[in-house]
Amino acid sequence: MRSNQNILVKLNDAGLQINDKWLVKGVSLQVEKGKIVTLIGPNGSGKSTTAKIALGIYKKIEGEVEKYTNKVGYVPQKISIDWTLPLRVNDFMVLTENLNNETIDEALSLTGVVHLKDKNLGDLSGGEFQRVLLARAISKKPDLLVLDEPVQGVDFTGEIALYELIKKISDELNCGILLISHDLHTVMSATDHVVCLNGHVCCSGSPLDVAKNNEYKALFGEQASQILSRYEHKHDHIHTDEGEIKKN
Amino acid sequence: MFDDFFIRALIAGIGVALVTGPLGCFVIWRRLSYFGDTLAHSALLGVTLAFTMEFNIALSVFIISSLIALILIQLQKKTNLPGDALLGLLAHSSLAVGLVVIGFLTFIRFDIMGLLFGDILAVSVDDLLIIWIGGALILLTLKFIWKPLFASTVNYELAEAEGLNPDRAKAIFTILMAAIIAISIKMVGLLLITGMLIIPAAMARNISTSPQKMVIYSIIGGLLSVIIGLFTSLEFNTSSGPSIITAALLLFILSLFKIKQSIKLKN
Repeated sequence: MRSNQNILVKLNDAGLQINDKWLVKGVSLQVEKGKIVTLIGPNGSGKSTTAKIALGIYKKIEGEVEKYTNKVGYVPQKISIDWTLPLRVNDFMVLTENLNNETIDEALSLTGVVHLKDKNLGDLSGGEFQRVLLARAISKKPDLLVLDEPVQGVDFTGEIALYELIKKISDELNCGILLISHDLHTVMSATDHVVCLNGHVCCSGSPLDVAKNNEYKALFGEQASQILSRYEHKHDHIHTDEGEIKKN
Repeated sequence: MFDDFFIRALIAGIGVALVTGPLGCFVIWRRLSYFGDTLAHSALLGVTLAFTMEFNIALSVFIISSLIALILIQLQKKTNLPGDALLGLLAHSSLAVGLVVIGFLTFIRFDIMGLLFGDILAVSVDDLLIIWIGGALILLTLKFIWKPLFASTVNYELAEAEGLNPDRAKAIFTILMAAIIAISIKMVGLLLITGMLIIPAAMARNISTSPQKMVIYSIIGGLLSVIIGLFTSLEFNTSSGPSIITAALLLFILSLFKIKQSIKLKN
């Protein structure tokens, strides 16, 4: 039973141990409709592992994962595609779900790569491929989006635009987003909840709470803390438990 | 002009090519050439079993090949040996055991050459039924698992994350591999079945820009190979398997000219 109908995925004290080594341990978090949860943490702190646990890719985990939707869009951090496959962008878009042409074009336009539709996937640049990955994940209008460093390799202006797009998608589709990012600046302005990982949950809360947390300061340094605080601002609305928006 | 057996062989060959086309693409994409070889080698054991127990050959081959696939999966889990070593181990030992068993069965006359390289004279009306009904079942099943199988071929984690159950698709595909070997053994022979799977698909890869096109070209390539190969076999009295595979090779060589052009364009 889920206590709250808005919960899409919930991790209860989840962890993964491979060859007697804990990749990540004791993670509890939940992603709700219309909310963006961001995982931050240094390299090797278990961010991608946590995302994969939430997605159900790992079978033998500690703890529990409650997943309440199968409409999932995933942008993995690393993707190795075998070029023995003749695969165009268009074929890649319909990989896990049948979509009509309009939906494909719409998603590709949103991430600015509709002109690449008939290109071979292997001929794309890193940034172009990243935009296609994001377009594919959003095109199926998922309930839950898991984005593992979705803008890596994208040029600076594109990066800002894509983060804005992600925020917009979260509002329009009312889907929950589990985001992993290194870029504290851009992420923090849009995030509802931050989970700071370092092999375990080091601290979590709103971006501001996390910024003030001493463990976070110790992990990222005083400067990073200032970056976060800069995004302190007044909200003109609140989110109710039912996921609706209430003006103050 | 055609004797009855030749028409039968032609119909059987066309049936086989229709199925090996799409399956062969997956064999290439998923790098399963040696897996196919291993299953095919184990087919000899299936054939001998069929003779000793007076059992249907195709069914017996299907059972033994599936069994070998299961043993392989278990060995992969239990041992630290690399996959190719395990494949070699199973391929050669099952072939050897099959040949030893044949040695004991002195009361039955075996056409070893026919088993290894295919024999168009041996195709009966029953075989036609097995090929076309079995082939239709294989294609239907493949259509059913296409989405998860293809998605996990491109990227396993994406398929798993987005709820497509790739493990089930993979298991079903393994059974389909055993099935195609069972129904094509009489036409192509057990040493050359994998060739029938790989070569037309490899030819198709050279000239295709999308997965769908590759499947279609692979089927066309297989059909042409069967037709050219069987006529050659009739004309020069060669074994059907090698003739079909040689025809497929010629088509592959022709396709190389096409790939050269597209590489030139790219640069």
